[in-house]
Parts: sequence; structure tokens; C-alpha cells
Amino acid sequence: MNFDFTDDQQAIKRTAHDLLADRFKPGTVRELAEAERYDDGHFSELAELGWTGIFVDEAYGGQGLGLVEAAILAEELGYTVAPVPFLANAAAGLAIQHSGSDAQRERLLPGIASGEAPGAAGVLRDGVAGLVADAEAAATIVLLPPPGADGDAVVLAPGDCDVEPVAAIDQTRRYARVTPHAGAGEALPGDPMAALDRIATLVAAEIVGTIQRTLEMAVEYARDRQQFGRPIGAYQAVSHRCADMLREVESARSTAYWAAWAAGSEPKTLPLAASMTKALASDAGWSVPAAALQVHGGIGFTWEHDLHFLLKRAKVDGALFGSAAEHRERVAALSGL
Amino acid sequence: MDLTLSPSEQAFADELRAWLAENHPGEEPAGDEAAWQFRLDWQRRLHELGYAGLSWPKEFGGRGATLIEQAIFGEEMARARAPMAANVLGLVMGGPVVIAHGSEEQKRRYLEPILSGEEIWCQGFSEPESGSDLASLKTRAVKDGDEWVVTGQKVWTTFAHHAKWCMLVARTDADAPKHQGLTYFLMDMDQEAVQVRPLRQITGEAEFNELFIEEARIPDANVVGGVGNGWAVAITTLMHERAGLGAASAASVRIALGQLVELARERGVADDPTVRQRIAALLIESEALRLNAWRGLTQIMKTGIPGPEGSLPKLQWSAVNQGLTELAVAIQGEDGLARDSDWTYRFLRARANSIEGGTTEILKNIIAERVLGLPRLR
Repeated sequence: MNFDFTDDQQAIKRTAHDLLADRFKPGTVRELAEAERYDDGHFSELAELGWTGIFVDEAYGGQGLGLVEAAILAEELGYTVAPVPFLANAAAGLAIQHSGSDAQRERLLPGIASGEAPGAAGVLRDGVAGLVADAEAAATIVLLPPPGADGDAVVLAPGDCDVEPVAAIDQTRRYARVTPHAGAGEALPGDPMAALDRIATLVAAEIVGTIQRTLEMAVEYARDRQQFGRPIGAYQAVSHRCADMLREVESARSTAYWAAWAAGSEPKTLPLAASMTKALASDAGWSVPAAALQVHGGIGFTWEHDLHFLLKRAKVDGALFGSAAEHRERVAALSGL
Repeated sequence: MDLTLSPSEQAFADELRAWLAENHPGEEPAGDEAAWQFRLDWQRRLHELGYAGLSWPKEFGGRGATLIEQAIFGEEMARARAPMAANVLGLVMGGPVVIAHGSEEQKRRYLEPILSGEEIWCQGFSEPESGSDLASLKTRAVKDGDEWVVTGQKVWTTFAHHAKWCMLVARTDADAPKHQGLTYFLMDMDQEAVQVRPLRQITGEAEFNELFIEEARIPDANVVGGVGNGWAVAITTLMHERAGLGAASAASVRIALGQLVELARERGVADDPTVRQRIAALLIESEALRLNAWRGLTQIMKTGIPGPEGSLPKLQWSAVNQGLTELAVAIQGEDGLARDSDWTYRFLRARANSIEGGTTEILKNIIAERVLGLPRLR
């Protein structure tokens, strides 16, 4: 029993943390989010570092590492709310790698691993995928059934579907509504849940990074901000709220690491672990940033403060690849109910 | 990262499981005396294999188990629904304190009878006016020759009526700052000056007692860790709360959640979306509790210092246990309030979970101050 990263994984985490802190300073994030655009240089740099293909088999141009390493990157990217289409591309890559045929892998994974033909992925409900990150710029779009539902995953080329931009509250990313044309695209032959579980875990890891940051911001503010002659963090109404935030962040983290580990080492546990962590992280993705905003008081409600970029990102992440309620329903079904 | 047991941990778990399959004593008998005898017998059997003093060093008759092994032990015992050893406070708190702070003579005198169950221990910390603010306690000890004369009142002393020794914290210097004037004693319960009165709780039973101490005598040789050091010694006692506790408590709520799923099916509400959502939320929280506990253990083993996630399991366990018993009662509707039902008993008993062993509010203070580094209230 060793519930900690290996030395190599620690090194990836440190390197990612330092690099992203430099590339995605709050001012940069704000500038890109307000302009609603990416800096293409950022994504190329991540691709050159091998991040875009970190979990992709080496045969298809990737690094051949696992979901734990991908989750480490997602967590660190979430910590800086990096405006970069990493998650969407990784989601498509995970879907094709774990549910696709050999031919589909051979055709599509190299472009995803190199970032030159990026992918996007979403969940199809009643013929529409309502919120798909980075679908407009994607060369490949994968649509999956909701958590635990029947149905095939399909892979679409841009011409196979209508892609309409959606102005979502999270401005650090581009979102779109994707409507596949009748009968268009090709099915992925594998179990679509093998893909969805891995993607949900990756999103949970991103949420962990984002809410960790909001917790740190709240604690720092509670230490500094003085009212009635003492720091507000000395009041239990504030400090106990922060303790609750820690419980939610650490629980989301422990379950996300567990699910990422299970994907590679104990696949039979993955469906339960993935739904548990996505349910927990989706809820914490709102409650923790909302609590951080409350700790900040009025300043936390202003556009000028950076907190809202994190709050909105984590809220949207909570809805991607299955809501908390959908994943809880799956946990119930997997637990004998 | 490896969330499976290592070969040696697996061997420990297998050995324990095989032993439990052979030696599990079955259901605890009804009646206080019969139940007590049953727990004493159980402890003797545990002791034969060194399981009684699991975490104690081998030189003191323990097994020198690692934290992970302690957690495995807690999980397996909970899973097998094995009874608790009779002398649990001596094993978990008293022995470790004597090992850490006791003199050579105290180690020779006290340790073996704790393990064998020959001498039962109880804990005299809390007082009617000193609960969470333990250091404000008022029980006084005054030196008289080579003895101390103790007067005061203690409360929530589990097993006091069976106990030979009481781990007693008393004020020996009324003028010193409140944390510095305390001393840790081992008080012989076998004297007229110590009166034990059972404390009836909301479940109707009496798990705890009150102690009325009127000029009890304690030899100076029974001071542990030196006069005036009682606070530091008591804190180690509290820190010696079983390392396996988090993992064990996760295993026990997991069993209870399995029973809750059964109950939902029996009552025909397994398809009710609200019930499904609530049970799933409890299952998820219990899994988070288990994982936080294991992650905390890994941190302690690597660094010697518990990580932030290690402070959470107690808090989470009490919330999950209260939540699941509340739901079990709700599912049964009007039948859920019958006095003779096991679920009703557990529902009422669970109210103590967020108080005993550190209230949820005190645990949040600790997380805020020591983990998050927020300023102290005072």
C-alpha cells in the first residue's frame, strides 16, 4: 500500500506546476479569457513537451504513460485555469485509445498526440451534445453516451455535424453545441464506458486543481483581511467554512487519484471509482469556489478579482461528461440498488 | 502509487483472516456481565497471537506492527464484526503512554496486565465543566508525604466499573498557567474514595460513568512523565488513538451501508430516485473517508508527519454514520421510531459520534489552525 506518486510522477507534477505558473500568470489568463481566445503558442509548447500524447501508446506517437500522469497534468492545468485546449484533445484521445479499433487508433491518435489534428469529445443526449469544449477547432469529435447508458460512441469529422458556438460562463475555453447529421460518423467498437470513465476521471482531476487554488486564495485572504480588529480567519464562521473546503478538496483528490490508478492497475474498479470521483468533484467544483467567494466577501464578487475565472471553470467542468446526479445514479446502480 | 497490499501486507491480512475464520467468537451474549466476560475472553485470545498489543514494540509483548498493518487489522476486525477487546483503553492509550513516558519500573509493573486483560484501564480526563477545553480541568491533587490526595469529579469514563487503573489528569499547581499545572497519574480505582456512578444516555443504556473522587490516595510512584507535564503526556495519549481507526471506521460504515441497501430493497424504495441519490452520496463519502485515511497513513510513513487529509477521517465518519442511520430511520417511516429496533438504537447512538473523541467543532478548529494555518481564535 503506497498512496503516493512515484518519484517520476512527482517530477512531472513539479515541472508542470512551475512551467504553468510561469506561462499562465493571472494577468495572462485574464487577458486571454476576456478576449475569448487562446495563444496558439501555448498549445504547441505543451505538444512539444509531449503532454498532448502523454497517455497515447508510443506506437501512435505518444509517451505511453498512464492516466495517473495525465491526471497530474490536468490537475496542474486546472490550478492555473490555463486557457488551452488540452482537456478536449485528451478526452478524444482517451476515447479513441480505449474504445476505438486498431484502424481508428492508427488514423486518429497520431494527430491527437502531436496536437496537429486535435480532437474534442462530449456526451450525446437526445441527438445533441450540448456543451463540447473546443469542438470548433477540432479535426475529430467523439460523442459518448451518458454515464452508464447504452449506446455506441461515435467519431465524427467536422463535416459530419453542425457545430454552433456556445457562450458558456467559462471564458477560458471555447465551447460549442454539436449536432451530428443523421447516420453520420462511425461507431467506436469498444465499450464506450471505458472511455467515459477515463475522461470523467481526468475532468475530476482538473477540478481538484482548480478548487485547490480557490481554497488557497480563501485561506490567504482570511489570514490577511482584518475586520473588527482581527483577521477574519480567526472567526469560526470563516475558519470552519475553510475546514469544510479542505475536506471537499482532499476527498475529491483522494478519489480522483484512486480512479486514475484503477484505470491502469485495477480496471474492474474503474466504473465505480470514476463515477464516485466525478460525482464528488462536480459538487465540490461548485461548493468550494462558492465558499471561497463568500470568504472574500464583496471583492470576490467583482470582475476585477480573479476568483470568478476559477469558479466558472470548475462549475462547467462539473457538467462535462456526466453531472454529479448522473454519476451518483450510476454509483447506486453499481452498488446493488 | 499502488493501492493494493504489498506481499508482506497481504500475508499479514491473510494470516489474520484465516485466524479470524477459526477463532471468531460469534455474537456477543446479552447481559452486561456475560458481555464483559466475552470481551475479556476475546482479548486473551487476541493476546496469544500478539494481536492485543498490535502497535506495541515487541520487547513489551506487542507485535511492532506498521501503521499499514494496524489499519489492515482495524479493517479486518470491522469487516468480520469481531468484538472489541475488553481493555481497549489500556491497549490503545494507557500502554502506549507508559511505553513513551513511563519509568522502567512502571513498564515492568503495568504493561503485561494490560495485554492479558488482567487489569482494566479507564480514562479520567473530561470533567463536567471541562469538555473540549480539557486544560481547564479542576480536579486537584495535593502532595502529602509520598502520596497525592485527589479530589474532584470526572465524566464519560468508559469501563470505570471494571477498571483497576484510571489514567487521571489532575491539577497539581493552581498558580501555573492552565496547561502547565497538570500532572498525569495512575489512580487505583480500588478505594472507597472513588465512587463510580453509571451515566444513562439517550439510548437508555449506560456505556459511560461519572467518577466522584473524594480525597483518593495516589502514591508518588504513580506519576507518569513528571509532575507538571500532564498536558504533554495526555496529548500523546490522544495522539495514540489507533492509527487504524480511520480505515476501521470506513470498513464499519461500509458494512452499515450494505445493510442500508438491503433495507431499501426490503422496504420497496430501492427505485426511489431520492433514496438512490442519498445512498450513493453516503457510499461516495465513505469511500472518500477510506481513501483519505490510507493516503494519510502513507504520508505519515513517508514523512513522519500526518498530511492534511489525515485529519479528516473522524469528521467524515461521524457525518456518514449519522447520515446513514437517519436515512435508515426515514426509509422505515412510522415503523422507524420503534424503540426496540436496531436501526433506531444506532440512529440515537450516532448522535454521540460528532462529540466523542473530539467534537466536530474542535476538529475543524484543529484543521483551520494546524493544517490551513489560519489565526487562532484567542
